[in-house]
Amino acid sequence: MDQRDRNLYLRANIIAAIREFFRTSNFLEVETPLRIPANAPEEYIDPYCSEGHFLQTSPEVCMKRLLCRGHQRLFQISKCWRRQERGSRHLPEFTMLEWYRTDSDYTGLMSDCETLLSHIASVCDCKGSLNFRGKLLQPTAHALRITVEEAFKRFGGKEMREAVKDGSFDELMVSSIEPALATIDCPVILMDYPREMAALSRLKAKDSPVAERFELYLGGLELANGFSELTNPQEQRLRFAEANQRRLAYGLPQLPMPEPFLSELDRMPDSAGIALGIDRLVMLFTGAENIDEVVAFTPEEL
Amino acid sequence: MYTSADLKKGLKILIDGAPYLITAFDFTKPGKGQALYRTKMRNMINGTMLDRTYRSGETFEPASLEERQMEFLYKEGTHYTFMDQQTYEQVIMEEEAVGDAKNFMLDNLKVDVLLFGEKAIGVTLPNFVNLRVTQTEQWAKGDTSGNDSKPATVETGYTLRVPPFIEEGELITIDTRTGEYSTRVKG
Repeated sequence: MDQRDRNLYLRANIIAAIREFFRTSNFLEVETPLRIPANAPEEYIDPYCSEGHFLQTSPEVCMKRLLCRGHQRLFQISKCWRRQERGSRHLPEFTMLEWYRTDSDYTGLMSDCETLLSHIASVCDCKGSLNFRGKLLQPTAHALRITVEEAFKRFGGKEMREAVKDGSFDELMVSSIEPALATIDCPVILMDYPREMAALSRLKAKDSPVAERFELYLGGLELANGFSELTNPQEQRLRFAEANQRRLAYGLPQLPMPEPFLSELDRMPDSAGIALGIDRLVMLFTGAENIDEVVAFTPEEL
Repeated sequence: MYTSADLKKGLKILIDGAPYLITAFDFTKPGKGQALYRTKMRNMINGTMLDRTYRSGETFEPASLEERQMEFLYKEGTHYTFMDQQTYEQVIMEEEAVGDAKNFMLDNLKVDVLLFGEKAIGVTLPNFVNLRVTQTEQWAKGDTSGNDSKPATVETGYTLRVPPFIEEGELITIDTRTGEYSTRVKG
């Protein structure tokens, strides 16, 4: 049995630990349809078509509709599909954990991340340390919170606003900021992204240039994306339309609007939601350098 | 024409007129951001390394390289001349491009020459070559000093370590991949 097959045992234990964590915290586990008429349109995410419908790129649209129906704490572990995403940390079909709560904003999710990581670390019996890419990490430590603006100043060599304007935001994240985060041994919460990069998040205040969105990093590996939810249907529709406009400019197909979601959105309570890549989490806890090592089959092996 | 989605390790592309080999590649997509294709590349002519990050939808010209079997004819100064035995075409390569291979090449050796258009930029040797030892210390039979190897020079001027029983004038086989003695050629 090779290392990959041994990793599958740890993977199964991690998923069981995630379920136990949420169940004991009174989150309802749900399964929502994987094949849907419309995902939330995003500038850089391309869904797979399925005979007039689409495979989900994230369960968020259905999850939020459940919040509109009165549910208060939800979680789901499901497969998601995104076209043309394949690399050492990407698979076109991957496993996502999403959880939502109506009793807090994005800061509540940040605490959830800390307690979840600690819980998984205890189940994996790693004695509080992980060896990942030659570095010793502390998954149970309190997460360092740093704003995206601070991160750009400290590690990016440029003002965040400027990077958004001149289009170098993503490149600087990848070439300068993420490698700097990799040198930090505790979890890192990169928070308050520019509004242009947070289509579904609530803004920090009316007309604020930043949104209540954060990303969880550990060992320089991007694990989760969470935010305080936008609940204004007009503004949400506008943001979706802007995403479609930008897609048009790149020659990408326009994506349909998730109409039932938009019509129910005014009934959605204030809430916060987060999406975490389970494959990436397993990479950290197994020390795998490549996502191929933590899945049963890669698409190329089929 | 290649696009960003075709980029991968081992691909050869043209940049500013020179052929580059992609030695490392990663696809990445920072949270909700655009896809970025990160490459490390080596200039196949002068060996310089390049780091480049590309976006979706960029296009690349393939580097047209060809490997042709040729015969090494002779060396004159720093010029090495090779001949295609089918077409009798001759190409000249600078010593720098020949690299370490020069230690193992005797006239008439058959090799694979890497061509970029008309320009010869590299040579691949057969895994083993036979070369004659031109200089080495004699082995005194009965010498039990315990040395398990001694230095020797072969006819190309290359020096290596050989077993103590190898004499001057003997033919030995050298592994060109490691530069090490492999075996003695009998007869």
